[in-house]
Amino acid sequence: MGAGISRLAWRNLWRNRRRTLIMLAAVAVGVWAMVFMSAMMRGMVDEMVRSGLEQLPGMVQIHQRAYRDDPSVVNSMPSPEGTLQAALAEPPVTAWAARVRVPAMVASARASRGLTLLGVDPAAERALGSVPPTISEGRFLEDEHDRGVVLGQRLVERLESDLGKRVVIMSQDPQNDVADRGVRVVGIYKARLPGDEERFAYAGRAALQELLQVPGQVSEVAVMATDYRRPQALVEHLARAAGPQLEVLPWTELDPFLSSMLDLQDGFSLVFMVVVFLALSFGLVNTLAMAVFERIREIGLMQALGMRPGLILRQVLLESLYLLLLGLAVGNGAAWLTIKPLESGIELSSVARGMEMFAMGATLYPALYWRDMVLATVVVLGLGVLASLIPAWRAARLDPIRALNSH
Amino acid sequence: MNITGLLAWRNLWRHSRRTWLTVGAMVFCNTLLVFLIAIQLGSYRMMIDNTLSAFTGHLQVQHLGYLEEQKMRQTVPEAAALASRLAEEPHVEATAARAVTFALASSEQRSFGIQLTGVQPALETQVSSYPGLVSRGRYLQQGDDAAIVLGSILARNLKVAPGDEVTLLGSGYDGSVAAGVATVVGIIDSGLAEVDRGVAQAPLAWFQQVFALGDRAHSVVLRLDDVNRAPMLVPQIQASLPVGESLVALDWDQLQPGLREAIRSDMVSAWFMYGVLIVLVALSVLNTQLMSVLERTREFGVMLALGLRPQRLGRLVLLETIFLGLIGLLLGVALGALVVLYFDAYGFSYPGMAEAAARFNLPPRIYPQVSLLSLFLGPLTVFLGALLAAVYPALRLLRLQPVAAMRAV
Repeated sequence: MGAGISRLAWRNLWRNRRRTLIMLAAVAVGVWAMVFMSAMMRGMVDEMVRSGLEQLPGMVQIHQRAYRDDPSVVNSMPSPEGTLQAALAEPPVTAWAARVRVPAMVASARASRGLTLLGVDPAAERALGSVPPTISEGRFLEDEHDRGVVLGQRLVERLESDLGKRVVIMSQDPQNDVADRGVRVVGIYKARLPGDEERFAYAGRAALQELLQVPGQVSEVAVMATDYRRPQALVEHLARAAGPQLEVLPWTELDPFLSSMLDLQDGFSLVFMVVVFLALSFGLVNTLAMAVFERIREIGLMQALGMRPGLILRQVLLESLYLLLLGLAVGNGAAWLTIKPLESGIELSSVARGMEMFAMGATLYPALYWRDMVLATVVVLGLGVLASLIPAWRAARLDPIRALNSH
Repeated sequence: MNITGLLAWRNLWRHSRRTWLTVGAMVFCNTLLVFLIAIQLGSYRMMIDNTLSAFTGHLQVQHLGYLEEQKMRQTVPEAAALASRLAEEPHVEATAARAVTFALASSEQRSFGIQLTGVQPALETQVSSYPGLVSRGRYLQQGDDAAIVLGSILARNLKVAPGDEVTLLGSGYDGSVAAGVATVVGIIDSGLAEVDRGVAQAPLAWFQQVFALGDRAHSVVLRLDDVNRAPMLVPQIQASLPVGESLVALDWDQLQPGLREAIRSDMVSAWFMYGVLIVLVALSVLNTQLMSVLERTREFGVMLALGLRPQRLGRLVLLETIFLGLIGLLLGVALGALVVLYFDAYGFSYPGMAEAAARFNLPPRIYPQVSLLSLFLGPLTVFLGALLAAVYPALRLLRLQPVAAMRAV
């Protein structure tokens, strides 16, 4: 009997081919839009998180407790050693770097600018992935004793300086005296977000420690790990190793904007899917109601011949289920086919400066997650069957005598 | 109502449940579109207003090339006089001259590199939102000399409060070392990290003296009676500038190119979503109208046999769709307007929005824009989409053969 019902439902679906195809198109367009839009949003947020983590940098940072409130060289910490160093050598840590990070002035003969000066160990930064992506002229720092500086392209233009020229860097030592030194521009970098080129300059870590008279001291330790979505366990592990003097924080707390974007996006995907489904549901209910209406006499006859209402209900639901499954297959397939070719990146340079406001580069990489396809499928099937209950219920409750006598 | 209209109206109610379901799809979509578009336009307007009043103003006069290079020497001569002259131009509500440089600010305990702006205190109040955001102390006043207001995060980093002194060290207009000491008179707390970390303002006259600028400044900022007028006003302002000084008038779009691009990219994704909703509604209408045409094939055959012209049948179906669409339009706009008016009174917010909003200079609550455009743009598009969807069923009627049609089951 079960097989008979499903065959009946399938054949019924194609009795009015045109209507079924239109509804199928509607379901497919809806599902395609759900998955396509989610992939775009994922790509956007992934990109934001990626560049956010690059800029912080790291998924977890360790500071002296007062540093975040008062980012001065006074509040620096010793370079990791002992248990902390051992903890940083274990998985899930993939890379870490200790850096001096101080507010500073850079002055050329023509102009001066305030920025954040990073004293880095180039090898560690490279492992962390937080060196500038492009060195347009010269070279990056050779090692932490390198006495040159690497400046951003835009900063060099604003300072009217150039590769090989000297600039003066000024910052503050722990005694609050101005420490300054003339240094040579050894490299010029380009950042993914052009605004960063004016915000950050790189110097050798040991050279900067010497200038500021803080040997062995650093401002922050940036830690990269395998999965950015779950930093909490790592934070607890590192906090135990670091001791009470130091503060260990995940990126979600260091940059609340990023984590709120991530949460917003999950919520938004679901809301968008439900909204699209609701727009779809009117047509779905309508189609099924029409199909039932046309077959009133037929349903009455089946009931008169002894078919139980439950089977009629099941038959209408099956018809709807087939329609939804076909629509899902076509919609998901179309989404996969349209997103795959775009995964190499969509060029958005015409709105690059706008994308920078979203903390994004000028290329959008859509990201198709299985999770989103599954979510769209669950939403459409779950709510779809729920919506089909109304016409199916009505069909099952028909009075056979009246149904047989309707026009 | 003529006979075709009457017929169309009555046909609509032959299957009242089907009609209401189709109308329901339209009303749902229209209400949603009215709400989304009003919120969208409202947030764009707030984003533009907040960004411009915090940073650039509606229009600026600068030295040619200053926008890109921001060099100390690219100045506007006799800036204060030019500002008061430009204030007389039509549609210009207020003007103020500003000078900008970078300096090392040192308090007793800390030093930071900052961007220092010299402003005309009395005039700045009319073009910028900062004076209203002072949380401690006061804003600069006319007659202040060596005074400075700082952003709240900057003040915290420098460990200063109103009454403390800050030493500023930079380079002057002539390339010499410039140094000055100013007393903190107020702290600005805007809630926007970028502003609170960066802003530092001192009186223009003192600024010009310390940095050896004479009567020069770097820009004259204009606030207009209507922000939308800025592009039209550029030529007029440009024409009134002194010749031979290489000065240019720039509107906010040139000063803040990211703003319009951010709005444009946001619009693309929003219209993708609207487009999907509209297509779904159109498909729903197509389905309904096609069914209603197919089930009446015999009836139409009879009408044709009685001498009705096929064009008239096509008009009938289109008219039915117009009625259908109008009901959806009116109900949707009415319902949408109710929703929008509610949020106009109480503001719109959702959990987690505040952090994201602050990034775009938006307050934590967004107020929708209530206008004819925001109310009707979406529903009218849906209406047109529905009409377009009915074209196919209507065209089918033109090919109908009376005899074959009357025999159809």
